[in-house]
Amino acid sequence: MPAMRPQDILMPVAAGLCCKPGGFHIDPVRPVDRAVITHGHSDHARPGHGAVLATQDTLDIMRLRYGDGFAGSTQAIAYGEEIALGGVSIKFHPAGHVLGSAQIAVTHGGLRIVASGDYKDVRDPTCTPFEVVPCDVFITEATFGLPVFRHGDAACEVDKLLASAALFPDRAHLVGAYSLGKAQRVIALIREAGYGAPIYLHGAMDKVTQYYQSRGVALGELRPATGMKKADLAGTITLAPPSAIADLWTRRFPDPVTAFASGWMRVRARARQRGVELPLVISDHADWDGLTRTIAATGAGEIWVTHGQEDALVHWCTSQGLVARPLALVGYGDEDSGEDATSSEEDG
Amino acid sequence: MNRFAELLDRLAYEPGRNNKLRLITAYFRETPDPDRGYALAALTGALSFKHAKPALIRELIAARTDPVLFALSYDYVGDLSETVALMWPSALRREHDSKSPPPTLTDVVTTLRTLGKSELPAQLARWLDELDEIGRWALLKLVTGAMRIGVSARLAKTAAAALGDKDTHDVELIWPGLAPPYLDLFAWLEGRADKPVNRLPAPFRPVMLAHAIEDADFARLDAADFTAEWKWDGIRVQAVGGRDEHGSAAIRLYSRTGEDITGGFPDLLPSLRLQESSEGTLDDYRKPLRTFRHQAFAIDGELLVVREGRVQSFNVLQQRLNRKTVTPRLMKEFPIHLRAYDLLGDGDNDLRELPFDERRRRLVDFIAALDDPRIDLSPQVPFATWGELAAVRADPAAAGADAAAVEGIMLKRRDAPYLPGRPKGLWWKWKRDPHVIDAVLMYAQRGHGKRSSYYSDYTFGVWTETDGNEQLVPVGKAYFGFTDEELLRIDRFVRRNTTESFGPVRHVVHEPDRGLVLEVAFEGLQRSARHRSGVAMRFPRINRLRWDKPPREADRLETLERMLASAAAVRSA
Repeated sequence: MPAMRPQDILMPVAAGLCCKPGGFHIDPVRPVDRAVITHGHSDHARPGHGAVLATQDTLDIMRLRYGDGFAGSTQAIAYGEEIALGGVSIKFHPAGHVLGSAQIAVTHGGLRIVASGDYKDVRDPTCTPFEVVPCDVFITEATFGLPVFRHGDAACEVDKLLASAALFPDRAHLVGAYSLGKAQRVIALIREAGYGAPIYLHGAMDKVTQYYQSRGVALGELRPATGMKKADLAGTITLAPPSAIADLWTRRFPDPVTAFASGWMRVRARARQRGVELPLVISDHADWDGLTRTIAATGAGEIWVTHGQEDALVHWCTSQGLVARPLALVGYGDEDSGEDATSSEEDG
Repeated sequence: MNRFAELLDRLAYEPGRNNKLRLITAYFRETPDPDRGYALAALTGALSFKHAKPALIRELIAARTDPVLFALSYDYVGDLSETVALMWPSALRREHDSKSPPPTLTDVVTTLRTLGKSELPAQLARWLDELDEIGRWALLKLVTGAMRIGVSARLAKTAAAALGDKDTHDVELIWPGLAPPYLDLFAWLEGRADKPVNRLPAPFRPVMLAHAIEDADFARLDAADFTAEWKWDGIRVQAVGGRDEHGSAAIRLYSRTGEDITGGFPDLLPSLRLQESSEGTLDDYRKPLRTFRHQAFAIDGELLVVREGRVQSFNVLQQRLNRKTVTPRLMKEFPIHLRAYDLLGDGDNDLRELPFDERRRRLVDFIAALDDPRIDLSPQVPFATWGELAAVRADPAAAGADAAAVEGIMLKRRDAPYLPGRPKGLWWKWKRDPHVIDAVLMYAQRGHGKRSSYYSDYTFGVWTETDGNEQLVPVGKAYFGFTDEELLRIDRFVRRNTTESFGPVRHVVHEPDRGLVLEVAFEGLQRSARHRSGVAMRFPRINRLRWDKPPREADRLETLERMLASAAAVRSA
């Protein structure tokens, strides 16, 4: 029997990344019998699958968003736990992206492929830190796969926000942040910087933020922004989904300073396009240095690059003597483009 | 440099004037000398060093990065300085190596002043190594001379004045005598020293400005208290003459904000100097010069282009503006002229406290004595009642004025002293009725700041026939003129009638029977190769919302073409 090839284990198909020998898909974009899911963002975790394998946090988040019947059956798996599906071994490792996010190591016939989902290798007080998993083939995202994306220290960006709040005590500060992960991380960083006043929340963030708190993430006093008197919001900080910060909803705030916490804020044109006045470069994805550092650390000889700026990262891998190819996975990474709150709150 | 970079970064995103002011003032308060002084110089355009060329920046980055990655990045970011600032490969090393601290703004400015051309690339690279992303971006903007952060020199001076609760005029008054890093200015603003004395032989005086008059104002005003002049559509200037301590004559031309624009108008200077050599000699001091009293003077007036006795429109004058130097051909084709409004100083006498009528009498004498074809008196428009004046204003040509260059009427109280700024009730401007057309709303874009949730920027078009089809062609963009209540209604209309969205821009339905007609007022028209319609409007704004009017009845491009043609006819008449 000839040696196992990586594409015999994992193969991109219309529904997503398919593991034929194991009989499952990773982060499928269409309903499948058996889904293995990296994290709770809606472009990776969709409802309607037969069986779902994921971390307990990811399953809880899916239930919060889609309701009890989001899958036929579910099975929780812990970080470091290994299970066999068909002839294939599956092991979950922390990805450092959001609460419950995991990389999935698939091993078969002596060959290990790691599907990392979305990841970041920098500090985040709200989730388990990223772990490097040695492997033969590493599947990496490339959301910020251009050398212009260097995200710097998130704490400095939060300092910028607090300095602005101090300089403009008569204005409200409105921070756009994705509802799952980014919002809670920004709140945690604000608390770490010593800000003790209540922080206000857009209603769309309530449930998931409460879930973070129930999992032991300390976020201090949070209040709903809805129902407050306009004048009472002067000098306060409010977090809202990106779609809300440039819309009718903002009219309840006194002369708001519009901030947006996202890796995209590194590029001025992107910030201006959104009408952002205070861009905060805070990302839950690895930046260029994080991507290249991680690829090197896995020791993988072959790199598959998914959603984002594949060209540049593939070029970089090739220049490092690695085999690399873009893996066209339709349906990922376009969370950011829509205008309505449900589809646009995940990425960056 | 990093604190200055943070300021520039924040200013580049902040749309509101008052908020910009607070950011700049806070910077001045927190930043020590001489850094803040050089920052003030950078914001007011007072720094002078040879700017680096984009080609140099490209060479620097090409030597340090993979060309494919650079090309992909530049393509994505779209701005050379920004791409280089973000890609510059030093961020990682800096954390580990014990490197020299980043340069201060003072380091950068003082080094650039004396640096030889051949040393620039290596010096620039060293600084880029030492700075972070935003620092690199600010440095590159500074050295390439392309700041573009939406801060005028006046705004920066206002922010400095606010540091000491002073008026902008106080700063403008002494500004021409100051130089970076403005230690004496900041010492005064912080109450540590006396006000710097303007020792310039020909200092600028802060100008007096007028309020726009409303119909309702006339009922409260007595026509007998006022004089009227044409409001000329040129640029407001101050021509000042004086002598320095060695006795040599100095002539300066200032813009209304106190910027020295003398260099752009050498053809006007001999006219202002004419008297000193007309009779007598300078070394014969037994006999007083006939022109003694003209050694020092300050004329408030309008700079215009006059050809064969006719004042040209602002569009023509524009050829002469914003130039540091001029060619003889430009001077010949666009002969410059000063039309005098007021006399602020004569010899040692400061006339600003005198009533306008008295200053006017002295101005008349002064201009007569000057007797120069390039400098004349702004004629007064006689009237007895407001109704009479309204009739004259409606038809300046009939009253003998060069209609193409008349913007309206200026009203000045006879007893008004010359006060800096825009004092209430003394001077009024009564502009001509604007041109008005009905256009159709085509695209809408969200505004900034307070308006960031509203579709408040409107592109509008008029009808034209293209290949046998009736089509709307965009002719302009307007962001004001409507009330808050009207804004709410248009915003609602845009949201309900969007056909497509492109990023921040919404296509709003514009069909013959569906759409919104806007009555657009504007001050003038110009041919423009940049606009698809071939015309560009001056100062367009929304005059009225025509909810009642179907788009098919909006104006046509031919109407604008006719306006252009008739304006040309007036000019050449």
